[in-house]
Amino acid sequence: MTQVTLNVNGSAQALELEPDMPLLYALRNHLGLNGAKYGCGLGQCGACTVIVDDKPVFSCVTPCAGLEGKQVRTVESLGSAEQPGPLQQAFIDKQAAQCGYCIAGMLMRAQALLEHNPHPDEQTIREHMSVNLCRCGTHLRIIEAIGLVAAQNRSAA
Amino acid sequence: MTQASAHNPSRRAFLRGGALLMAFTLMPAARRAWADTEVDTLGTVVLAPDLPGSLRTNPYLDAWIRIGHDGITVYTGKVELGTGVKTALLQIAAERLEVAPTAITLLTADTALTPNEGYTAGSHSIFDSGTALFNAAAQVRELLMDSAGRSWGVAAALLTTAEGVIHGPSGLRMTYADAVRNVDLHLYAKSESPSMPPATFKLIGHSLQRLDIPAKVSGGPAFVQDIRLPGMLHARVIRPPRPGSTLQAFDAGSIKALPGVVEVMRDGNYLAVVARDEWQAIKAMRSGYESARWSGGQVIPEARDIHTLLEHLPSRRYPISHEGTPQAVTDGAYQARVTKQYLMHGSIGPSCAVAWFKDGTLTVWTHTQGVYPLRAGIAEMVRLPPERVRCIHAEGSGCYGHNGADDAAADAALIAMRMPGTPVRVQWMREQENLWEPYSSAMISEVRANLDARGRLQDWNYELWTTPHNERIVNAGRLLPARLLARPFTSAPSIPIAQPEGDGDRNAVPLYTLASTRIDMNFVTEMPFRTSAMRSLGAHINIFAIEACMDELANKAGIDPVALRLNHLADPRARAVVERVRDAIGWPHKRNEPGAGIGFAFARYKNIMGYCALAVRLQVHPQTGEIQIDQVVTAVDVGQIVNPDGLRNQVEGGILQSASWTLYEKVAYDAGGIRSYDWSGYPIPRFSQVPKKVDVHLLDQPGQPFLGAAEIVQGPMAAAIGNAVANATGRRWLNLPLTRSGQPA
Repeated sequence: MTQVTLNVNGSAQALELEPDMPLLYALRNHLGLNGAKYGCGLGQCGACTVIVDDKPVFSCVTPCAGLEGKQVRTVESLGSAEQPGPLQQAFIDKQAAQCGYCIAGMLMRAQALLEHNPHPDEQTIREHMSVNLCRCGTHLRIIEAIGLVAAQNRSAA
Repeated sequence: MTQASAHNPSRRAFLRGGALLMAFTLMPAARRAWADTEVDTLGTVVLAPDLPGSLRTNPYLDAWIRIGHDGITVYTGKVELGTGVKTALLQIAAERLEVAPTAITLLTADTALTPNEGYTAGSHSIFDSGTALFNAAAQVRELLMDSAGRSWGVAAALLTTAEGVIHGPSGLRMTYADAVRNVDLHLYAKSESPSMPPATFKLIGHSLQRLDIPAKVSGGPAFVQDIRLPGMLHARVIRPPRPGSTLQAFDAGSIKALPGVVEVMRDGNYLAVVARDEWQAIKAMRSGYESARWSGGQVIPEARDIHTLLEHLPSRRYPISHEGTPQAVTDGAYQARVTKQYLMHGSIGPSCAVAWFKDGTLTVWTHTQGVYPLRAGIAEMVRLPPERVRCIHAEGSGCYGHNGADDAAADAALIAMRMPGTPVRVQWMREQENLWEPYSSAMISEVRANLDARGRLQDWNYELWTTPHNERIVNAGRLLPARLLARPFTSAPSIPIAQPEGDGDRNAVPLYTLASTRIDMNFVTEMPFRTSAMRSLGAHINIFAIEACMDELANKAGIDPVALRLNHLADPRARAVVERVRDAIGWPHKRNEPGAGIGFAFARYKNIMGYCALAVRLQVHPQTGEIQIDQVVTAVDVGQIVNPDGLRNQVEGGILQSASWTLYEKVAYDAGGIRSYDWSGYPIPRFSQVPKKVDVHLLDQPGQPFLGAAEIVQGPMAAAIGNAVANATGRRWLNLPLTRSGQPA
């Protein structure tokens, strides 16, 4: 056991954990955050996607030990069920979920895109999102939801 | 609105005392049992055959609706699998109680609280539970109005209701909670319910947003994986290298010494570790895999031999449809052999369960599709009376059928029984889900059919080979962990689901008008791999084969394929979906660029549920054979629509998932083992590969019975792709998935 300080959603958290523990388990079990999901533990499906500094990462294969001094953001940072952020609201408006298990990871990967490129076109969205898997076949609605925020960004610009 | 006619009661009338015997067997001497439906394979007993929907199995009104001063509670035995059914059921109940959806607490499957509706499967939820609630809620409201009318001395016909309050003449008002005091809701439902003109529906037919999505987009507790109980420990299982392997050596002591490990469980060939922290449990599991020494195990065939093998394994032959007198004309007949590979459910989240054995009762939180059958299986396995086991549904990742959910629940139960008083969470690893979930069966279907001189379908010969599609939990032996114990349980014999629902033979009987049929199923009982239910069962390959045959017969005869279908469809609702798609896609327009193709398909799910016609435009890359779907147009008729956007979402999802099965998926294996242990060995489409555009046309039928939606497009989508590929390439690809390398050179 080692003390590792993680900065998650803007607050520093000193945790006693095994330094090889992937970030996913620290988020879920030590910080009680549900957003990041276990899907494969191999960095193949993206259900565990979170943002570290400004990049989407697979939290299931990112050891906690290397994360000190970095800013970790999970889907919880985007808003709440009562007060959803713009991307969450777009997913609700488009009803862009079926089972919803992949959705938190989808939101975080999309969020990372929108922070770099506020108004991506559909082709860019498809390519960027190709890292994450959905088994229910909700892809077209997810693309629409991201496109909705991209359009809002365009009209705001 | 008569919801009763949705379901022919005689189909299930032979379900007696848990024995599922087929009364109308086609074989006089047969002692071959059939299961009745995918839903009530077990446990549910028809008490009231004349009642609509699941009132037939749960006829008392208070099984569905209870009203008190704390509000209105509605109960369903169905579960949310990610299809939005919880929201749709709430809409139905609220509509017929004439209250706001927010006034209702809706509880889904829990063996301590809700009716036993068997499994949530087979597109039956709205069909069964929705129909029950549609009727029960209206009957309860009527009883409440009668109660108010009696106490006021006013005829009930003069009363109205709004927002849970009954209004009478001269400003009289009474809440439902007050009115219910003089009503006993423990009352048998009636076969007829108060009618309501569909035009007055405020909720049914409207797109209420799903209740579950806000939590799912914001990290709220939404899944069984998110359950955290006080003092909960984390468990992992250690599975043999293959079914049937025997544990020779295992160093439990060294694993017990690892940090955080609380328990190392060994019972015969069953191994599990329990630790304080999840990551510690994973590391202990990995040590366990390294330490365990196994021998023997089932022989795994070579993938290239599987279809030959299926034809030679022990099987039972079931006549499915033998109508008319074959003319046995071979001239001009079209003949084809279609094959399908094993498929995975491939849930994004591997199976998970939490169990707690406390004060003599075992409680299991599970994403099973059937809490009652699971309870019976677990009770038998852990040797507790069923009333000492409670199974509570909590959502998991989408399952699309019988995946690892029940087995993971059994794991949690076994481990929790070893640790009385302590809640235990079991999470399967990705490779455990992939290697141990029941697959969708590899299959073969052979079709031979011809048109007569007038272009009418004449003889329809069809034969299929399949392993079971319904290895649901009818006894402890159906639970994988129970087979590994020192005192192992054995799986109950396999039984196919009878027509018209069908098993591997689901949708094997075309809806088209045929002069004669000879349709048979070879039900292969010795399974090279454990197989069970996956969305649409055999309908995927059967509709693919039927619709390929229709196109080929049309082409041979020089008839437009859509016209040939219409020439043989008598049902106006079937014709309507076909005509809508034909017109919407501008049939038969074909683009001229090389590799472009268009394909059409139609089916009515199980010939008794939702109607679906579908057309696909795609391109087959001339060099690589890679297929890009440009456009999908579909029209569906599922009776009275409950939630149009929810229906659209299900249909879109079904289209993309069926495209994945049809174009990409097969479990990879050889004699050395299963190779599809992660997503690299079982590719499914990514965003860059999914269809560019999907147009869904909804043909609403106000006032007609609910027919169910979730599985209706799986077959037509596969078939339309197959037909579009043939149109694009001039060659008929008959081996699924449709990769160029999978077809004969």
